[in-house]
Amino acid sequence: MIREEKISNRMDWITVLLYGIIVFWGWLNIFSVTYEENQFIFDPSINSGRQLIFIASSIAIIMFILIMDMRFYETFAWVIYGVMLFLCIVVVFTGHEVGGNQAWLRIGSFGFQPSEFMKFATALAVAKYIGTVGFKMDQIRNQIRLFTIIGVPMAVILLQKDTGTALVFTAFVLVFYREGMSPFLILVGIGVAIIFILTLLVENEYILFAIIGCVWLTLVLLGKKKRKRIMVLTATALMLIGTIKSVDFIFNNVLKEHQQKRIRVLLNPDLDQLGAGYHVYQSKVAIGSGGMWGKGFLKGTQTKLKFVPEQSTDFIFCTIGEEHGWVGSLMVIVLFVALLFRVVYLAERQKSRFARVYGYCVACILFFHFTINIGMTIGLFPVIGIPLPFFSYGGSSLWGFTILLFILLKLDAHRLQVMNRG
Amino acid sequence: MNEGRKEIIQVVFVLVAIVFLLKLFVIQVIDRSYSDLAETNAIRKEILYPVRGLITDRNGKLMVYNSPEYDLLIILKEVHYLDTARFCYVFDITPEQLRQQFAQLYADIRNKRASELQPTPFLKQLSNRDFAKIQDHIDEFEGFYIQARTTRAYASDAIANAVGYVSEITKNQLANDSTKFYRQGDYIGQSGLEAYYETYLRGTRGVRYLLRNKDGIIKGPYKNGRYDTLSIPGQDLTTTIDLDLQEYGAFLMKGKSGSIIAIEPATGEVLAMISGPSYDPSLLTGRNYSSNFLLISNDTNKPLFNRPLMAQYRPGSIFKIAQSMVALQEGVITPETRIPCNRAIIGCHGAHTNEDLRGAITHSCNPYFYNVLRRMLNKGVSNDPFEDTRIGLAEWDKHIRSFGLGSPLGIDLPNEKGGMVPNPAYYDRAYRGRPWKFSNIYSIAIGEGENLVVPLQMANFAAIIANRGFYYTPHLVKSIGKSGLPLPRYQEKHYTTIDPKHFEIAVEAMERVVSEGTGQYRARLRDITVCGKTGTVQNDPLPDHSVFIAFAPKDNPKIAVSVYVESAGQGARAAASIASLMIEKYLIGETQRPMIEDYVLKGQFLY
Repeated sequence: MIREEKISNRMDWITVLLYGIIVFWGWLNIFSVTYEENQFIFDPSINSGRQLIFIASSIAIIMFILIMDMRFYETFAWVIYGVMLFLCIVVVFTGHEVGGNQAWLRIGSFGFQPSEFMKFATALAVAKYIGTVGFKMDQIRNQIRLFTIIGVPMAVILLQKDTGTALVFTAFVLVFYREGMSPFLILVGIGVAIIFILTLLVENEYILFAIIGCVWLTLVLLGKKKRKRIMVLTATALMLIGTIKSVDFIFNNVLKEHQQKRIRVLLNPDLDQLGAGYHVYQSKVAIGSGGMWGKGFLKGTQTKLKFVPEQSTDFIFCTIGEEHGWVGSLMVIVLFVALLFRVVYLAERQKSRFARVYGYCVACILFFHFTINIGMTIGLFPVIGIPLPFFSYGGSSLWGFTILLFILLKLDAHRLQVMNRG
Repeated sequence: MNEGRKEIIQVVFVLVAIVFLLKLFVIQVIDRSYSDLAETNAIRKEILYPVRGLITDRNGKLMVYNSPEYDLLIILKEVHYLDTARFCYVFDITPEQLRQQFAQLYADIRNKRASELQPTPFLKQLSNRDFAKIQDHIDEFEGFYIQARTTRAYASDAIANAVGYVSEITKNQLANDSTKFYRQGDYIGQSGLEAYYETYLRGTRGVRYLLRNKDGIIKGPYKNGRYDTLSIPGQDLTTTIDLDLQEYGAFLMKGKSGSIIAIEPATGEVLAMISGPSYDPSLLTGRNYSSNFLLISNDTNKPLFNRPLMAQYRPGSIFKIAQSMVALQEGVITPETRIPCNRAIIGCHGAHTNEDLRGAITHSCNPYFYNVLRRMLNKGVSNDPFEDTRIGLAEWDKHIRSFGLGSPLGIDLPNEKGGMVPNPAYYDRAYRGRPWKFSNIYSIAIGEGENLVVPLQMANFAAIIANRGFYYTPHLVKSIGKSGLPLPRYQEKHYTTIDPKHFEIAVEAMERVVSEGTGQYRARLRDITVCGKTGTVQNDPLPDHSVFIAFAPKDNPKIAVSVYVESAGQGARAAASIASLMIEKYLIGETQRPMIEDYVLKGQFLY
């Protein structure tokens, strides 16, 4: 029987290898960030020592995931989702505030962030729902339910004042797209984002109105003068104007002051270099000073002098940029892209829809973190505090991503069994 | 239907990666300005310490000012080589001290209290003289920097207790600072006016960002100082103190334990406040603060104990004046009421038999006031003598408290004590629920028993009599900054519950105490009518405390005084002499009675 075969023979060792390299390199960088002379990487009083404990416990978690029956994850998807959601709600009321976020649950002296685990729980729930026999993506009702599944944890995490982690849940939209949802929604989202930024960039909104008017007029005059076509064009133009009008309101009334600042800084990097723009400015200087080859391991000056805040967590990429230069950055990016491709490859070779959808969830969550995290350190995205997967310092985040990835590996190891079951 | 979507997703992954690599290539390889920036990016943040507000006397004479002082900072990482012999010579320390300093620094770094990358104080509070020498040589020692700040200096040592002192903020204070204003190493007022007006005096810190290259050389202000802020000096305080009077009072209190408080009755302004024995305030500044503080705080004479506000005594005979006022208000006596001096229940002194109120105050007749209190407490409102006393005491308590007794007055100094005025609740506690009546508590009639006052309350009491029934809360600051005004609550008039007309009796009686009393001749002045009252506070087994309150002139009084001299015997002696000398000094400018002054200076009452 296939079941009797050792799991080590069926594991996808390429993914495990990529995971191992990223985690190990991250650990070295965490050590480098706080490095002072005569420090020992295993010293448990410094971050790298603690990260080692997190890594060791991650291995225990991996063992546990692999030992569990593969059907556990599909069968209990809703239960896991419910429990994690419950913990997230508990945090809203009893949470421990760390750096402005109220996302920490404290058990004795041990703190952890349920929102980090909400990601794989939601991935399981999404996969479970889409994997239901007879599920059709083109039904509006199904789409609404899917958006509820990702929307509820998002809202709860927003209540924890952790905007960054909440935004991660938008990554699932990409999964929906892969599973058949019309790309319209994604395009509209991108469109709104562009308009949003344009509105903030262009002081005078009438200039934008004028541009929209001109484009509208040109299209109406040049194209076929069909009634329906003109109606659609007019409606679109009016919607655009409405969006522009609402941007100011959203920007000033919905976003918090520090969020407004971060967006302004993104658009105008020289603004307020010691205030809101400080993170990005210092981060860019650190990365930029690395040059082609970097200053060498443990030789970064910017990071050592503590110019870049939150260096071991959200801004860990600066250390790569500074100490390993463009070549090092290239290697990190290649590593991540390779991992993403491998995860997509694994997802595509799954026999069950549940496993495939789950695989895409893993890829999209990792992709979102990768994009936003590195993007913000080099000034392409506003500063949204989310970690670089497997790389950043922190127990909850490492464990969360490890669980996320290894559930997929477990499912993958048993993919042939699914076929046998029919 | 979903054909090709996998590829689209993969293309998105690759696109993002390419965009990142391009952007990284631009900032890392093409645009070299970032690496130049990193060279000079070491932005050094320098705190600009504000100058603490000055403190002057009422005539603008400087009492407390600032003198510059310098800390030597070290950035250990930048110290590559140190000529220790030269260092010891320039900074005037022994090699042993230098070794200790480094040992301390390494210990701090190990315990994360300091960093080898951040400027850390190495030698603190170098004097101006040290600095002049060091300034020329500081460049020889890489990794060492001078940071200027100011320290307190005192133009007079006569006001130490009232002004208080300033020192480095303690760990507890830092932990309790909810405003997060202070940082480690900051200076903060620890007592007296320095502590009370801390928020006005301290000013606002400024900050300066300097660009430093990776060798530690300052390249100039960051962004031409766009982010720098200047420090804002603290506000100056104009006190109500008359420095001449204060110094004279301190001169008179030499070798004595006790206090002198002089108040301007019309305003509540404290003209002088002396606590003896005191200390030299300059000892609590500069490099030797810790050792000096230990010395002063361990002195058995308790020089840090601010007696005018903190020493609680029984009020003694002075309290009889308050009793009279309350009795007149309650209508249980008239000024003409005569009561025989029956010494069977309570002792008395001097030759008198059957005085009216004025006589009873002048002669401090104990039986008279025993009877007065009984009439007040047992008015027959209730047939139950216990209940009756309770009702009477509650009334009495209310009146007595309106003189500012029994709770802190609210002067602008910390740690003021409130003394004690017993009320029914107090006796319930003291008797643990057993019943009590007049016969249990009558010693409060003559200011003994449970009553306690602090000298400041007695000076304020003299001011109330001088004002014929009202007071302004005594205060030491006339004007904060340029406002020209004290805090609003010192501009409020407080009335007692006694009708002003009754006060004339007290004024007349106090005038007669000085003009007719036997021992009180020492308080008499030639051209000025002094009104006063002695108090002698029992202090077994040591000699009694000598107490005197007074105000002058009788009409339109300019000064009210209370004097406590511990263990100096009868109030008519040391205390009355000092009180009159203070009045004389303030109203005339100098003493015309050198004999009295000699008498005071010769008296040494420290036990």
